[in-house]
Amino acid sequence: MLKDEDRIFTNLYNDLGPDISSAQNRGDWQNTSEIIKKGKEWIINEIKSSELRGRGGAGFPTGLKWSFAPKEIGSRPHYLVINADESEPGTCKDRDILRFEPHKLIEGCLLSAYAVNANKCYIYIRGEYFNEGNKLQEAINEAYEKKLIGTNACDSGWDFDIYIHYGAGAYICGEETALLESLEGKKGQPRLKPPFPALIGLYGCPTIINNVETIAVVPTILRRGAKWFSSIGKPKNTGTKIYCISGNVNNPCNVEEEMGIPLKELIEKHAGGVIGGWENLQAVIPGGSSMPLLPKKICETINMDFDSLVEQKSGLGTAGIVVINKDQDIIKCMARIARFYKHESCGQCTPCREGSGWMWRMLERMAKGEASRDEVNMLMDVTKQIEGHTICAFGEGSAWPVQGLLRHFKKEVAKRNNFNPLINKNKKIPYLVDQHLLEK
Amino acid sequence: MSIKKISKEQPSSFEFNKKNLDKAKKIIKNYPDEKQQSAVMPLLYLAQKQNDNWIPLVAMKYIAKFLKMPYIKVYEVATFYTMYNLSPVGKYFFQICTTTPCMIRGAYDIVNTCKEKISNKENQLSKDKTCSWIEVECLGACINAPMMQINDDYYEDLNKEKTEKIINQIQNGEKPIPGSYRGRKNSEPENNRKTLLNIKNA
Repeated sequence: MLKDEDRIFTNLYNDLGPDISSAQNRGDWQNTSEIIKKGKEWIINEIKSSELRGRGGAGFPTGLKWSFAPKEIGSRPHYLVINADESEPGTCKDRDILRFEPHKLIEGCLLSAYAVNANKCYIYIRGEYFNEGNKLQEAINEAYEKKLIGTNACDSGWDFDIYIHYGAGAYICGEETALLESLEGKKGQPRLKPPFPALIGLYGCPTIINNVETIAVVPTILRRGAKWFSSIGKPKNTGTKIYCISGNVNNPCNVEEEMGIPLKELIEKHAGGVIGGWENLQAVIPGGSSMPLLPKKICETINMDFDSLVEQKSGLGTAGIVVINKDQDIIKCMARIARFYKHESCGQCTPCREGSGWMWRMLERMAKGEASRDEVNMLMDVTKQIEGHTICAFGEGSAWPVQGLLRHFKKEVAKRNNFNPLINKNKKIPYLVDQHLLEK
Repeated sequence: MSIKKISKEQPSSFEFNKKNLDKAKKIIKNYPDEKQQSAVMPLLYLAQKQNDNWIPLVAMKYIAKFLKMPYIKVYEVATFYTMYNLSPVGKYFFQICTTTPCMIRGAYDIVNTCKEKISNKENQLSKDKTCSWIEVECLGACINAPMMQINDDYYEDLNKEKTEKIINQIQNGEKPIPGSYRGRKNSEPENNRKTLLNIKNA
């Protein structure tokens, strides 16, 4: 278990107060101008050697991302955009950072904006987090008052402004290019990449987009050193991470732990165990709803880091752990997730817009045992048609959970849906999904 | 994609009041010159707040003129995002999260309670015309599941009885206290804390 003095978010449960004087007592905003004086190169190199990987889901190395921004400001200004559009089912870590550790985020914004030559920062918060946004705004006002941000922030000679922009309930705006579209006042539909936002992003200007947690850990890394950060966790999967453990556990909670901690330890120690005991565990979604679930057998031994989970054909994602015990109907759980994706698809690419609805309808029928035998394989085929055929990663996000279900619980699905297709001769039509709509 | 119903009864005019006009002008300054289109989302929120929690078509036309952008672009935004209500909702607008993490902890008990106590159908006003409810996707408080949002506030760690109590309070004109209804502190592990036990502001 991680020692308390190595935890970055010491106010995760709001024992100490989120205001500026409490935050300064905890060590925020100390020597900020000295860190800035060490220069952009130093900051980027320090983040590179700490091997910090993005905490928003994809796990892209943060230092590398920053180094893509042009070194000098050309004719266009640079922007820093913070992605606080946390909507992945199972994840609620950013909410606590916004409410209880806002100064870590604001200081992180200043340092990273300086490193990537940005004078302006937009924080895109999901619309439902209205109260959290207000708390962040209070903290921003405090920082302006103390001249920590604004013109000549922290006496460093760097001008820096932060603005909050609220989303309005679209999951897709968590995708970075959709977020930029939304920030420009359009529908949140993802853009094609390349060009990548680091060169052509917000208003066509170079833009660096990072998750809240990624930016909030930056000041502590720069203060305590890259060596300290990379000594926690495992090689290539360094540092600490806030895990959100929800679902059928005795004490659902957020907890900051080192990367690569065994899943079993997280559930048993911090979350008070599975309801009904470890033996009652059915499956775990390890990284927010878009990551494929893991059955109990894998959960016994798996470590929670990016690479170990990829080996098991899943992913760390946002580290939103949803525990499902044997009292739940696993097919129904996945059908509900499929409904989520059907609801949240932006409608831009046909495979995702239509396919997410197909998957949902098939799974709903499978949960009731109304699907025919060969539809189980057909469902797998549908997921393969979506995956990789869309502009953004939402296609994968909606297809993977269904693939996970079929990978590990195919027997159960097949057992429940075990009758012959209604119309045998139409069998060769590959995409005839809604067989039940045909005349009997 | 969600399907949105636009109200058949529309008011004939809309204008920001003085307070909101000042706010709107201030919001536009947050964005670079000539990029005032970015302000369309915050301005729609303002209009929604001013107009009893829903946006009529005239408000969209007004905002389009205000930001010098085509009406269709405003319409597009207002219909794309789920948090803009395009037909009247209750003064107390209940949003119940029923996505998987909430569902497996009993979110449908809350939905059923709302069906009993508010209205049989989603988006239908209650008898006293003050409340309406809707099922929504993940609200990002999975640790505190099951939960619901009433206007801007989150009500967490609920069950059937607690939901009934909250609805009763609202119908009696009281304001229920937001936050956890099992008495726990934010997102800490209840009665099982192993971390941050002796932390003080150094």
